[in-house]
Amino acid sequence: MKYYDKLIFELSQEGRKGYSLPVNKFPQSPELPVQLQRASAPRLPQVSEPEVVRHYNNLSQMNFGVDTGFYPLGSCTMKYNPKINEEVCALPGFAGLHPLMPARLTQGACKVYEAMNAALAEITGMHTFTFEPCAGAHGELTGLMLMRTYHMMRGDLKRTKVIVPDSAHGTNPASAAVCGLEVVEVKSLENGRIDVEALKPLLTDEVAGIMMTNPNTLGLFETQILEIAKLVHGAGGLLYYDGANMNPMLGVVRPGDMGFDIMHLNLHKTFSTPHGGGGPGSGPVGMTEEVAKGLSQIKVSGFHGNFGVILRAYAYILSIGKEHLKEVGQYSVLSANYIKECLKDVYKLPIEGVCKHEFVFDGLVNDGGHDDVHGATTLDVAKRLLDYGFHAPTIYFPLLFHQSLMIEPTETESKETIDAFIEVMRKIAAEAAEDPTLLQSAPHNTVISRPDETTAARNPILKYWDTL
Amino acid sequence: MAHPYLPHTQADIRAMLEKIGVKSLDDLYADVPEGCLRKGAYALPEALSEQEIRDCFAALEAMNARLKVFVGQGSYDHYTPAVIPYLTQRSEFITAYTPYQCEISQGTLRYIFEYQSMIAELTGLDVANASMYDGPTAAAEAAMMCTASVRKCPRVLVSATLLPHVLAVVKTYAKFHGVELTIIPADGGVTPLGAIEAELEKGGVAGVMVPSVNRYGIVEDLTGFADAIHAHKALLVEYCDPSALAVVKTPGEWGADIAVGDGQPLGLPMSYGGPYVGFMAVKKEHMRKMPGRIVGQTLDKQGKRAFVLTLQAREQHIKREKATSNICSNESLMALWVTIYLSLMGPEGLKEVNRISSDGAHYLYNELLATGKFEEVFPGKPFLKEFVLKSKEDAAQLQQRLEKAGFFAALPTEEGYVSFCVTEKRSKADVDALVAAVKEG
Repeated sequence: MKYYDKLIFELSQEGRKGYSLPVNKFPQSPELPVQLQRASAPRLPQVSEPEVVRHYNNLSQMNFGVDTGFYPLGSCTMKYNPKINEEVCALPGFAGLHPLMPARLTQGACKVYEAMNAALAEITGMHTFTFEPCAGAHGELTGLMLMRTYHMMRGDLKRTKVIVPDSAHGTNPASAAVCGLEVVEVKSLENGRIDVEALKPLLTDEVAGIMMTNPNTLGLFETQILEIAKLVHGAGGLLYYDGANMNPMLGVVRPGDMGFDIMHLNLHKTFSTPHGGGGPGSGPVGMTEEVAKGLSQIKVSGFHGNFGVILRAYAYILSIGKEHLKEVGQYSVLSANYIKECLKDVYKLPIEGVCKHEFVFDGLVNDGGHDDVHGATTLDVAKRLLDYGFHAPTIYFPLLFHQSLMIEPTETESKETIDAFIEVMRKIAAEAAEDPTLLQSAPHNTVISRPDETTAARNPILKYWDTL
Repeated sequence: MAHPYLPHTQADIRAMLEKIGVKSLDDLYADVPEGCLRKGAYALPEALSEQEIRDCFAALEAMNARLKVFVGQGSYDHYTPAVIPYLTQRSEFITAYTPYQCEISQGTLRYIFEYQSMIAELTGLDVANASMYDGPTAAAEAAMMCTASVRKCPRVLVSATLLPHVLAVVKTYAKFHGVELTIIPADGGVTPLGAIEAELEKGGVAGVMVPSVNRYGIVEDLTGFADAIHAHKALLVEYCDPSALAVVKTPGEWGADIAVGDGQPLGLPMSYGGPYVGFMAVKKEHMRKMPGRIVGQTLDKQGKRAFVLTLQAREQHIKREKATSNICSNESLMALWVTIYLSLMGPEGLKEVNRISSDGAHYLYNELLATGKFEEVFPGKPFLKEFVLKSKEDAAQLQQRLEKAGFFAALPTEEGYVSFCVTEKRSKADVDALVAAVKEG
């Protein structure tokens, strides 16, 4: 990577242009009334095409992607993004479709939705899917709207609470709050699973349902899921499945068979579409036949969801096919367990046993004590990894541990890559024991060192003109 | 059986299983109760080779009509410079995650900062976020932001002249979030200030949402809106077409507190409705209530300019159930698309896009009226690229007749009008051909 310090505005010169438009052959239309006109032209950059290309190429050189190297970011499923997906979604016959064209003009697109609906229903054991949600959190919100609609349609209006485990993704309680539901937290046991005994008294007639991910955010399978489903259903509630952790379940376990009524999938995780630096994603929501009765009452995005992402995911499903689906799930679990076993002598493993696609360490074994300022923290380990050319794992999540380091390798990494990562993680653990300051001052080899985030928040500089 | 995306060899698998201390891959699921395990085969298509996938998509693509588009209504067929897909496809951009590790994400963070700057400039407001899902969800989030900002006021007034898909999404979110919506009916194709003032008098209003350019294509005159709304301590939210903001009065100039809209008109393919990118910009005093990611400039330990995600105390991963928005992933790559588009077009290019589109639309408007097959609905009302007319011919019949002639045009609206749109991608010959097809019926 090479440090490059320009903003596009700093390349601007009066009189340069980067566009090419046809000569206007229409008669001139009337000007807008003066009181409706903008007073002065927007201060957008004036740059030539080659300058634009070089600028953004230079910016890209300061980025790390899955195509750059190993990206073991827990809960994010940073698997390889196949290139054929990009080719097919850009076809003009798809990219040029107007969203309000009636079905008689868009039969190819309709077939894609039909085929995706059938495939996802089969993979998850759901009855049907809606494709409107544009991301995972958007799917959660949509799913909870469907949960509330299900109860409302039955005239059961007092169900305004939703149970969320303390290990849940931050979006779960936030989605519930946005949906107008009150969050009731259920604790985890020492073994990382939901405390079923603690759950029982929470299941009142005010509970709309429970949000779970299985395996949970510790990468552990909720082994009492069938009993939980029976209890929740017995109390009149529904089960929502957060599909962020669906990857290890592919070809082995279906949320529908575990008793879930509503779920979302992250096509940008499980189904290989690129994360794009934070979107576009796609969070289709699956549901039972009963829940689907409320679907027509809900409109959560402008048109048909992120069609371009759905096309990519369909190409992936066609490539994996029924032959390789189980391999995807199993290899993701194999790689996670292998890393865990190879590192658990130098990183604290709070809960023993087989994990699924990811697992959580609670910092270094030899950390000098978490409260000891001389010791290296999870943040320091993460920053040191950047020096060695790896992306860091997810850090300080889940909130159950103080030094969470959450590792998810996915099925698309070779054993050689994984072994190299293990070697570096061990080396960092050794460095932490010898000279923790080496970690605390990391990264050393990146284009910038640790930034001053406090000043950034206290005196926000949020646009180019604030910098002048 | 090997697959190109799965590097594990049989030897790798054996070695890894041995290290873990289990005998088989199935043993890794030994803790899963029997009743959860899928026993039978999955009824899925057989795996296809890459060429077969290509052929499959070519066949699907061929089932879609390829028409000249003369419809807008929230999705506009503007020109996309060749540079954009080329650059946005760069692996380092497209295969990155949200920039949590800023030291290796300066590329993403810088373009988001540029994007925020450009959106702030187009809207004439102080601060923009890193993006929302689309225009309609950005509008819904703005409505929720109003009730979160103005205490004890659960009501939001929404103009009926907003695009239909925006209204539908705002209504859905409001219903579940407990926002009380009051729809302000249109008067002569625009939002009547009198009706808003009457509702404000009734009290409990946290915000008022009106479009800049509305569902009929009319550029609304918001004179007096901000004063009336602010007098009641409510917020003015403007829903905008960001392309048109190069020429029409900005939310900042109208005195709006929040601007939202869809970035699609800034060179994004129509792509059957997505991915697009929602935007939101606010006055500085509302910055800490704004949903979504925000990037800020700072310095690293060596004093080098650096960019970071900032003001994160607002967000779901910190606030959990106390958050006022649940947005996490947004539409970052589409924000990059918009940023490159605006860099290439600049102030002059964007103005020219508006000029050609508006000239084309007015030419079509006059030519259609000249056929004698239409009546004006809102005579004299100012518009840019989009307008509605009343068709004397049955609207559905007209639409289908034009489809057969190769045009997607004359979209029937809820009100019984037909909607047209002309962008700079349509030549005068295209417009003449459309008018000729209209006449043939």
